[in-house]
Amino acid sequence: MATPSLLLLLADGRFPAGAHAHSGGLEAAVAAGRVTDLATLEAFLAGRLATAGLVGAAFAAAAHRAAVPETVGRADALARLDAELDARTAAPALRAVSRRQGRALLRAGRAIWPDAAFADLPATPTGAHQPLVLGLLCAAAGLSRLETATIAAYGTLTGAASAGVRLLGLDPYRVQALLVGLADACDGTAADAARAADDPPERLPAAAAPLADIHAEIHATWEVRLFAS
Amino acid sequence: MRAFARLVARADGRGGTALVELRGETPLLLRQTPADGGVATVHIVGGAAGPLAGDDLRLEIEVGPGAAVRVRSVAASIALPGRPGAVSRVAVRAVVHAGATLHWLPEQLVAAAGCAHLAESRIDLAAGASLRWRDELICGRYGEVPGGAVVHTQVDYAGRPLLRQSLAVGPQAPGWAGPAVLGGAPATGSLLVVDPSRPTAPPTAEGSVARLPLAGGPATLWTATAPDAHTLRAHLTV
Amino acid sequence: MRPDTVVPSAVPAVEPITPPATPPHDETVPHTHPEPGVDPHPPLARAGRALRVGIGGPVGSGKTALVAALCRAFADELRLGVVTNDIYTTEDADFLRRAGVLDPARIRAVETGCCPHTAIRDDIGANLDAVDELAEAVGPLDLVLVESGGDNLTATFSRGLVDRQIFVVDVAGGDKVPRKGGPGVTAADLLVINKTDLAPMVGADLAVMDRDARARRGDLPTLFLSIVGDPTATRVADWIRHELAHHAALHPLAVPVGPT
Ligand SMILES: Nc1nc2c(ncn2[C@@H]2O[C@H](COP(=O)(O)OP(=O)(O)OP(=O)(O)O)[C@@H](O)[C@H]2O)c(=O)[nH]1
Ligand SMILES: [Mg+2]
Repeated sequence: MATPSLLLLLADGRFPAGAHAHSGGLEAAVAAGRVTDLATLEAFLAGRLATAGLVGAAFAAAAHRAAVPETVGRADALARLDAELDARTAAPALRAVSRRQGRALLRAGRAIWPDAAFADLPATPTGAHQPLVLGLLCAAAGLSRLETATIAAYGTLTGAASAGVRLLGLDPYRVQALLVGLADACDGTAADAARAADDPPERLPAAAAPLADIHAEIHATWEVRLFAS
Repeated sequence: MRAFARLVARADGRGGTALVELRGETPLLLRQTPADGGVATVHIVGGAAGPLAGDDLRLEIEVGPGAAVRVRSVAASIALPGRPGAVSRVAVRAVVHAGATLHWLPEQLVAAAGCAHLAESRIDLAAGASLRWRDELICGRYGEVPGGAVVHTQVDYAGRPLLRQSLAVGPQAPGWAGPAVLGGAPATGSLLVVDPSRPTAPPTAEGSVARLPLAGGPATLWTATAPDAHTLRAHLTV
Repeated sequence: MRPDTVVPSAVPAVEPITPPATPPHDETVPHTHPEPGVDPHPPLARAGRALRVGIGGPVGSGKTALVAALCRAFADELRLGVVTNDIYTTEDADFLRRAGVLDPARIRAVETGCCPHTAIRDDIGANLDAVDELAEAVGPLDLVLVESGGDNLTATFSRGLVDRQIFVVDVAGGDKVPRKGGPGVTAADLLVINKTDLAPMVGADLAVMDRDARARRGDLPTLFLSIVGDPTATRVADWIRHELAHHAALHPLAVPVGPT
């Protein structure tokens, strides 16, 4: 049975899944001069939540749905989701990041919930997409589909927000206040994502962000950078 | 206003393409224009301003094995407000068979102030089909804040998902003009090139343009933002 | 004098201090100690998995230089892999690749997002991935050196990532560094005080550093080193050989090799 503690544990940025090394595209946006202060950080976070946040949360929720014990053909369902998420991730750099983060999360998940359905993930050499692993992990922890989507949406905000504190030297209290202001939007995104998980995979959200793709590919070519993405 | 148009092309057996079906309704009229090197060319002739909120326009395209079609439009389409609460909708459904080629290179879509517009494209490519598909969106007429517009593109190649993207702009799309999505650029678009005869080039990105090889097939997506329609077109002409 | 503690002779004489009896590992496990003056490279027993040695320490103390020295020392002896953790992208890995001390395929870089200590201590997945990828790319290894990003005196490696850790400080940071302590200085399995060649120039008193290190570290060994003067870091390499023998005894090969 799920407990609030397990929800908090999986949403915690200190959960060892490699999140600290990623800025969610913020480092490139800062370098491009597009994020410079609290106001532009807020706009960045709002846009990221509505695009990558919604898509990631919907796929985490869909993977959670596929993990429910009665589901037949779980491996097929996950392979389908994997291909659908690839088709929503035009930038190769972002596909690689999602798979690398999936691999890190899987390592943690296998160590903590050895009995979870991870063997049904597609055997992609570079790892399964992070939202798919998260969905299975949350199912193993007994969390609900909505809680799963909430963790995914929240994670797309907090990683970039803490990178903002580190990269721009922003006042951490004001950045937290900004996250408080985005909490309703985050919950709303999670609710939309959890609902969408009932749709067939091709109808799952596909919210695009041209600059996220462009920034990610530029960032991947840098010789010197503080974050892996 | 509701309108339906349909275009069916077949290889004519002599290295060219015959348009075996070409019909439309105002404001979605199709006109064949002189062919260009064996490629049948069709222009969409906007019979009225718009689309206006409430309009529902549908276009079906089928390109048979070995045929080649290029579709253009004579002018930009401007999504305008109409009945309160109504949405304008333009749906394009394309099927491209093996060895066939479709070039979809219309003029821009302009999302005017107060519009509520949905552009939906669904493209099914058989293995061995080729495609050039360009979508350009201008957010507002000069200096204007756009209404709501969503450009949704769904492409399958050989039965596998190749591209799914939904770009939303306007007041209902949080952060759309911000640094995570368009960074204040009024023009954005993409060009999808599917070419099974050539290996895809590695990704590159510079300024506000990126070339992105896709995972699901022999395809590359160019994506760009730009200060104006002219610059955007230059970014998306390859 | 303890075999593990060597003060370079060029340094003002330090009164040797008799070491306490207990060595830092379990002597009931059978293994060999390399003897001074004896062939330092007898074939080592192979272990079931690579020994992972972390190399930490403040910025610029000579961690990468030590990794390069150990690559030279073990070139014909061990199947070696290196993982670097940079604050900025892949600089250390690139340096090692350019230095030509190791096949570039045996070097992997981990990016740490402003938090080099997190990647080696709290959230070690990316480093473990890198260790796995090395084995996938080049086959089984005997020794993996994991260099941390240059950090402060508090950064130490997780036991989930490395079996042994070396902390490298240098004399250029002043002879007060061992006295300041911190988990790296006090708890590392081996403390290396590097750049002794610079001691006269910076006015660092090695005797003071030795005394303070002993006070902080109890039985744990400390080595003085100048990579400029000893490009194969002989004493550090010997210490690793010793730990390798110990490791092989603890982690025997699952399938015996050789004729039966
Ligand atoms: N004089 C002298 N210089 C040394 C010695 N060892 C290393 N250096 C120099 O010290 C500088 C820093 O060495 P690195 O090996 O890059 O130090 P590091 O600890 O890896 O540095 P970061 O990874 O940036 O934290 C280089 O210029 C080395 O050549 C030594 O024993 N003596
Ligand atoms: Mg270094």
